Amino acid sequence: MSILIDRSTRVVVQGITGREGSFHTEQMQAYGTNVVAGVVPGRGGATHLGVPVFDTVSDAVVATGADCAFIIVPPPFAADAIMEAAAASVPLAVCVTEGVPVHDMIRARAVIDASSTRLVGPNCPGLLTAGECKVGFIPNHVARPGKVGVVARSGTLTYEVIQGLSQAGHGQTTAVGIGGDPVLGLTFTDVLDLFREDDATRAVVMVGEIGGSDEEAAAELIAAGYPKPVVAFISGRTAPPGKRMGHAGAIISGNTGTAQSKIDALTAAGAVIGDTIEDVVRLVGERVGAPSGR
Amino acid sequence: MKLLEYQAKQQFAKAGITIPAGRLARTAEEAEAAARELGRVAVKAQVPVGGRGKAGGIAVVDTPEQARAEAGRILAMDIKGYPVRSVWCETGLDVAHELYCGVTLDRDRRRMVLMLSGAGGMDIEQVAETRPEMIAKLWPDPFRGPQAYEIRQLAFTALRAVPALADRTGRLASALVPLVQTLYRLAVSLDAVTCEINPLVITASGDLVAADGKLEVDENAEYRHRDLAAELAVDALGDDGASGDDPFEVEAKRRGLTYVHLDGDVGCIGNGAGLVMNTLDLVKAAGGEPANFLDIGGGARADVVRNALDMVLSDPKVRGVFINIFGGITRGDEVARGIIQARDELGITKPLVVRMTGTREEEGRELLREAGIVPGVSAVDAARQIVELTRQGE
Repeated sequence: MSILIDRSTRVVVQGITGREGSFHTEQMQAYGTNVVAGVVPGRGGATHLGVPVFDTVSDAVVATGADCAFIIVPPPFAADAIMEAAAASVPLAVCVTEGVPVHDMIRARAVIDASSTRLVGPNCPGLLTAGECKVGFIPNHVARPGKVGVVARSGTLTYEVIQGLSQAGHGQTTAVGIGGDPVLGLTFTDVLDLFREDDATRAVVMVGEIGGSDEEAAAELIAAGYPKPVVAFISGRTAPPGKRMGHAGAIISGNTGTAQSKIDALTAAGAVIGDTIEDVVRLVGERVGAPSGR
Repeated sequence: MKLLEYQAKQQFAKAGITIPAGRLARTAEEAEAAARELGRVAVKAQVPVGGRGKAGGIAVVDTPEQARAEAGRILAMDIKGYPVRSVWCETGLDVAHELYCGVTLDRDRRRMVLMLSGAGGMDIEQVAETRPEMIAKLWPDPFRGPQAYEIRQLAFTALRAVPALADRTGRLASALVPLVQTLYRLAVSLDAVTCEINPLVITASGDLVAADGKLEVDENAEYRHRDLAAELAVDALGDDGASGDDPFEVEAKRRGLTYVHLDGDVGCIGNGAGLVMNTLDLVKAAGGEPANFLDIGGGARADVVRNALDMVLSDPKVRGVFINIFGGITRGDEVARGIIQARDELGITKPLVVRMTGTREEEGRELLREAGIVPGVSAVDAARQIVELTRQGE
């Protein structure tokens, strides 16, 4: 069991012939992801990396039954690609593009909200169901199957947590990198809701960072009664106010969005906080029991 | 990309929003000439931070001689670290009342929010905190934009909270419709994350005039506004060619690096914003003070790593550098090559601690070992190590 993607997921890659698109499609194929199509306007009819290329997402969906769009296109085209996926009613769109203008994302998000499509990203590493399927660029070798769900705003910290858990023998169900932009698709609360319904997931690791109030919203959801243990980690504890720390969303403005306010809210809600990734791994171990066999 | 007050006002004026008559002056003589032309003026420091009035960066003068003297004084000032390079000389308004009107990103709602308040002026942030009901809000549909009836609703909500305006609420609401629509369209067309008029003055004769403004353009959208960026860059330059920003951050931007300058002495480099933030936290937890945030991003090649090290070490306060790499798209061997190259070519003698894991970690570590740099595996240990090394000799 897992959330959002598994071995039956059929992926269409928007931007499959680009340098990054090609590289990560090959990586996904190597992981076992069932890539069924690519989309590049004007390249319809071609074959790339062993899959048919179409001019439009809608053509690709009709011809191949794709049910997940992996969007890896340059920033000026990202919002449009998201809206195209939504218009083709693809159930899940994953956009890894970094640097999408925020007004573009506001429009794309409005389209997503009015559609049946779920969006992960943009500016995220994508997601991975251990041993079954990955959409995005979480490194292939770090994850192993198990019973811990992971949801994180930061890409590299997603890898850190997965690797730490794997090395300690705590495998994962699905790891979702939701991304660090101020306007994005799935948030912590959305992913926590999905993990709630997934029987295989016994505990959730949540990796937040400064800026915004999505972690506080997650705390509210946990406080209202969450059936699984949540171990949280917040980066940016020492970041000064008013300085944007790389991610467009990672900025403390006024008194909101500080690491402490997030840690306080999560602690009060009943989540446990790890001060370091090592702590997080240990705390997970205490909650899910002995490591599963290697 | 933050615009200065006069740059924001020029954008407002171009869009059709009334602003007071004004002239830009870069010297005391130019300010004198502006006052001769305009009469009684306010001489206002042009800096990209708030609080300049309280810092003494605004003076109201009656004569050209006074304008010259005050401009001379203000142009010699440094406000919150920003040297004043120009002043905006502007005619005063006959103020009947001050409103606030702004468009900004509301990340919780994933939309822009339009805000209007009858309590405009310097203390709007305090109003927002203590009397939030004084600020009316609207989250326009991003495709339709704010409709006239929505703006009227917003206006009536905001203005009814101000008894002094009771006799003209209807007239004001009608006048605000086109102004608010213009401001919202301007925000969208410029990809602004903040576009506000504060105060929006109601003059004695009943006109609405933008007396001060703030405009910040989304960095991700700068590619759509190259002309504006070039225009602003020219304007922001003083005689010495530097803008008001932190000189290290300006240099980093020129080099294409994501860098934030901090106060400490431990240089920090990593791949990925979250990882670097965590790196700073680890250094601090180990008793050190980070000198900077530097994210080399995903897939960085050797030359980017060399560039990053050179940048971090250009800060003379830096006593050593912690490089924290978790390779995903980034390859350990590329990073290692960059580090070794930088050390040899730049003659780095200060301590370097490298923690390396992920893609091609073994190859990377081997290269480092061969070059005499001991790679760490645990980020926590590496943080302790760099703090120890940089504390030696204190």
